[in-house]
Amino acid sequence: MTITDTTAPQATRRLNTSKAMVEAIAQEMRANPEVFYLGEDVGRYGGIFSSTTGLLDEFGPNRVIDTPISETAFLGLAVGAATEGMRPIAELMFADFVGVCLDQVYNHMAKIHFESGGHVRVPMVLTTAVGGGYSDGAQHSQTLWGLFAHLPGMKVVVPALPADAKGLMAAAIRDDSPVVYMFHKGVMGLPWMAKNPRSVDVVPEGEYVVPIGRANVVREGSDVSVVTISLSVHHALDVAEKLAGEGVSVEVLDLRSLVPLDREAILASVAKTGRLVAVDEDYHSFGMSGEVVATVAEHDPGLFRVAPERVTLPDVPIPYAHSLEYAVLPRHDRIEAGIRAVLR
Amino acid sequence: MSSTDSGPGAEVRRGLYETMVLCRTYEEAILREYHADKGPGFDIGKGLVPGEMHLSAGQEPVAAGVCAHLTSDDAVTATHRPHHLAIAHGMDLEAMTAEIFGRVDGLGRGRGGHMHLFDPATHFSCSGIIAEGYPPALGMAFAFQRRGTDRVAVAVTGEGAANQGAFHESLNLAALWRLPVVFVVEDNDWGISVPRSASTAVPSNATRAAAYGIPGERVEDNDVDAVWAAAGRAVARARAGDGPSLLEVHTVRLWGHFEGDAQGYRPELAELPGRDPIPRYAARLTDAGILDAAAIDRMKAAASERVEAAVAFAKASALPDPSDALDFVFA
Repeated sequence: MTITDTTAPQATRRLNTSKAMVEAIAQEMRANPEVFYLGEDVGRYGGIFSSTTGLLDEFGPNRVIDTPISETAFLGLAVGAATEGMRPIAELMFADFVGVCLDQVYNHMAKIHFESGGHVRVPMVLTTAVGGGYSDGAQHSQTLWGLFAHLPGMKVVVPALPADAKGLMAAAIRDDSPVVYMFHKGVMGLPWMAKNPRSVDVVPEGEYVVPIGRANVVREGSDVSVVTISLSVHHALDVAEKLAGEGVSVEVLDLRSLVPLDREAILASVAKTGRLVAVDEDYHSFGMSGEVVATVAEHDPGLFRVAPERVTLPDVPIPYAHSLEYAVLPRHDRIEAGIRAVLR
Repeated sequence: MSSTDSGPGAEVRRGLYETMVLCRTYEEAILREYHADKGPGFDIGKGLVPGEMHLSAGQEPVAAGVCAHLTSDDAVTATHRPHHLAIAHGMDLEAMTAEIFGRVDGLGRGRGGHMHLFDPATHFSCSGIIAEGYPPALGMAFAFQRRGTDRVAVAVTGEGAANQGAFHESLNLAALWRLPVVFVVEDNDWGISVPRSASTAVPSNATRAAAYGIPGERVEDNDVDAVWAAAGRAVARARAGDGPSLLEVHTVRLWGHFEGDAQGYRPELAELPGRDPIPRYAARLTDAGILDAAAIDRMKAAASERVEAAVAFAKASALPDPSDALDFVFA
């Protein structure tokens, strides 16, 4: 596998995150006839969140396949096809929908390789849209990456930036283990949803692979470490820029993968700053933010110059009304408050 | 092997009997080993073969009749009660038994157990979750179809599974995409302690095939010849590219849901020995002049020799090293 973790020097072409994701899928489909994409509205529609735009035109309905609304059947189909050596990419339209098909995900996709003693591989990608911020209510706004990451047997990647969306997709398709690829609707650069300017950025052309399990320091700093993932990376970078004007140096670590988790990168950043803010758009308890804090505490609690902060979604279903939803999401104001809390 | 509506010939019938004898001999050996050291009393986690154990005695006609039409290139997905299907599909008995004993030479190096037998050589797998073996079979069939082969996937569940969503989603998708799948339902009358009459709104699950526009057939009376004929039609249809079929077989669970099940809920216990399909079939073949007592004895002896060799292999295989407990999570 070609590992190219840095942007090529000449790369200047800019894409939004969804186009970067699609470019990787198309490149892998051209290179490997065993790769195919299936899910709901992934054909003519191009994916509700533009995850497959243009793929049907190039690859046709035998490789870009609209399915019935039968997640158990088509995710299970992907599992079975993967055990026979194909490389399916199966899309679960919203991560919130995993409730109707969780058995195929965690009892089959994730466990077959282990149960077979390594004799049967399941090289598939489960793509799914996550996240809130646009008043879609409690059943269409969750991130749930902590749930997937908690259950052993699947790798979990959550790109925040366009280049990583491309590189992690290529890595996911090539991986011989099942990979859950979670894309936040708010990072895709959709024309019909409020977007951060960071959802459009330089994306390398040609083959580009970002290794799974490696975090990325997207902004270097010396006073405080914000360790986060997905759309919160965009927010954290905004806050870091603002606080730089006050002379506060914020480091932003984009984990990019939750499984495997780059614990070394977390430790290295906190060892440098001594102050940790874990920002997580998933539920507060039993999830990523706690895992980040525990990673440091178990290694050396002396790294903390002050007690760490967690800026998360409280343990409440995500409310519909805009005022309520923005009260619970980890957005700029709460991230800034978290940073100020550890600077006291 | 060609299938016809006229039923199996003598050679096929001898083979069906031989397969059923091998399956039963195997289950009797596992029964013996399972209970050998569970005491004092019954501790499910103790012994050479620990954990839940779901044995298939009585259901051999399904395995023999269906798998006679398959080669090791065809896939089979089975249930929490998989041994008869694995054996009839040609799984290596030694690797299978070592897995059931939780040993390093097992199919899954001791990670799976008897409900999780995965064999790439025969494209066999099973799942302990009711009806959830159907969806992966769709994917195996999808791969066979896309590669232009005439290979088929056979997906087996019990009658309780026909009330699960996975069952119906799978039938619809397979019919829609004309996937080469044969859906098999082993109706043994009982979902653990709940009779079919208390779980299922229709007398025959085969009628549910009509909802998806595919052929549905029910074989009564655990008749292996009729299973063979019906499975032949379904497999031929799948191989020809004409899509899936649903086959339900009214079979019998001669023993408990799992070992240790006292079956106090079951009024027909006394009549079960009379419903054993193997002596019944032996009598039919003897009457027809296809088998005689000496041939039956030879088959039983040969089966016993193979099974005992597999048990000995399993017992001789090492237990997995605890320091390897975290291996194989990822490829």
